[in-house]
Amino acid sequence: MISWYLATPLVLPFLTAVLAFLLRWGRAGRWISVAGNVALLGAAAILMARVLEDGVIAGQMGQWAAPFGITLAADLLSAVMVVITAITALAVSVYALADVPKRAEHLGYHALFNVLIGGVCGAFLTGDLFNLYVWFEVMLISSFGLLVLGGRPEQIDGGVKYVTLNLISTILFLSGVGLLYGMTGTLNMADLAVTVPQLENQGLVTLIAVMFMIAFGVKAAVFPLFFWLPAAYHTPFFSVSAVFAGLLTKVGVYSLMRMFTLVFTGDTGFTHEILLWVAALTMLTGVLGAAAQNDIRKILSFHIVSQIGYMIMGLALYTPLALAGAVFYLVHHIIVKANLFLVGGVAERIAGSTDLGRIGGLYKTAPLLAVLFLIPAFSLAGFPPLSGFWAKYVLVAAAIEIEGWAIAAVALVVGLLTIYSMTKIWAEAFWKPHPDGTDPTLASLSAHDRRSLIWPIASLAALTLVIGFFPEPFVTFAERAAGQLLDPTAYIEAVLGGPAT
Amino acid sequence: MEPLLALTIGVLVATSVYLMLARNVLRFIFGLILISNAANLTIFTAGRLTEGQPPLVPEGLDAPAVVVANALPQALVLTAIVIGFGLFAFALVLMFRAYSTLGTLYSEDMRLAEPREDRAS
Repeated sequence: MISWYLATPLVLPFLTAVLAFLLRWGRAGRWISVAGNVALLGAAAILMARVLEDGVIAGQMGQWAAPFGITLAADLLSAVMVVITAITALAVSVYALADVPKRAEHLGYHALFNVLIGGVCGAFLTGDLFNLYVWFEVMLISSFGLLVLGGRPEQIDGGVKYVTLNLISTILFLSGVGLLYGMTGTLNMADLAVTVPQLENQGLVTLIAVMFMIAFGVKAAVFPLFFWLPAAYHTPFFSVSAVFAGLLTKVGVYSLMRMFTLVFTGDTGFTHEILLWVAALTMLTGVLGAAAQNDIRKILSFHIVSQIGYMIMGLALYTPLALAGAVFYLVHHIIVKANLFLVGGVAERIAGSTDLGRIGGLYKTAPLLAVLFLIPAFSLAGFPPLSGFWAKYVLVAAAIEIEGWAIAAVALVVGLLTIYSMTKIWAEAFWKPHPDGTDPTLASLSAHDRRSLIWPIASLAALTLVIGFFPEPFVTFAERAAGQLLDPTAYIEAVLGGPAT
Repeated sequence: MEPLLALTIGVLVATSVYLMLARNVLRFIFGLILISNAANLTIFTAGRLTEGQPPLVPEGLDAPAVVVANALPQALVLTAIVIGFGLFAFALVLMFRAYSTLGTLYSEDMRLAEPREDRAS
């Protein structure tokens, strides 16, 4: 029975994908995508309730006992990631009703989108390292398809860089899995957590840990491995950009958090020191790169990189408070980032471009959109009392607690520079008059389009406000999740059954 | 057997890194295909090598009597080969499409998505 709680969030997206593919010629396909994601949100909520009540739950697929079979496991972090994935997927699938052209629907946009969501959920729920590799591939191949769907030259250009760099990371990941299996004889993450500390040759373990760090680092787009991201993320449909921006890099961050709290904890002085440097440099390069850009989506792409740095910082500091900050940041960031890309899409529809030099006057035409932009934008920058403020507050407090003055200073300065980029978008796109002298009009959007574009944006903004005004339950939750990460006994017991040795 | 395979893997990785450093993306893809085979061989080698011992359990026993080949890494390698096949088929088609739309195979000239400042103006 427990297995079904874990398997449903995986089965639903694939079922939706098959149905959406079969019905892709009519209007039914897109509504199936929306319905499927409503169901996914329900399944995720049930899973979350279960995990809140019972603690870590695990299910063995096909009744093969761990560590031999494939295990699905959910602790608080996995569960919250699945919930947030479902929320983002639902918002984007509603947005896609007005954003994705018919031609792309006929080519199977909705099927690819739901396979992507299935892959993301799988990566969050699996308890097996090779299975994680397989979910990464599911995600990769569907994201390749989504990225080049439409076939504009820029998309092909960005696609080449995205595909090649991600394939390298995949191969590194696979080699790491092979070597780790050779040393331990197991691929089950919980079993690895037991076996790896007992190995004689800890030096080799650290070496493999660095291989994983690079492989997941490419996925998470950290310095100096992020170049594929700003090359590709501004080229596809806005729906695709939004879901990529919200979810894909976060799977890399999640995998890093999982492996470097559960398995590779033997030499934290070495590995987490590297991560701390990586975090600081990721934050800085990302935000400085954004300052140099002049296109809404390019600015936002560089900000993904810079924000990833905060999450890595939480992992690198490796204290209960810092990890809680990282979990909180993950949740807050996915909502805010996906939302900003969605707003960018509407701005392009109304004003005709995302190039800041060629648009303007959006505040006058669409004041509601302007307000809905300000909420996630200021949340990203960390204005109180929005969600980003609490996320940054917890992380900086954690840094000061262990007297990491330098990293705390970097985090604060990057927050300031983020405001610079956000005010740039505000001033150029919303405030200044349109450079052509004409006011953009809402007339280009039909009432139906307007509804399906604005609802997801408004809902995600409302969620940001809720987290901002009532942060306490979320912080408490993040602290509990961090507690589970730092003391994986419950996780190991749930997966392997019986007390861990 | 292990030293021989280790050497093979080393040569494969060296060759593929050389290929991947090329600016021609087609050579890059060939390098990627080679290095993925090196990764597959790594899994195969790391998972215990035996000679002429298929993983079969004799009749009447619950476990094999002697040390037999490890079937798991072979299953992993098979999975990885299948996945890799799909990915590389996609990558090759993408490169072909890139050549026909962008008119070049050189990564230096692929600047449509990120135009140079000095040339854009």
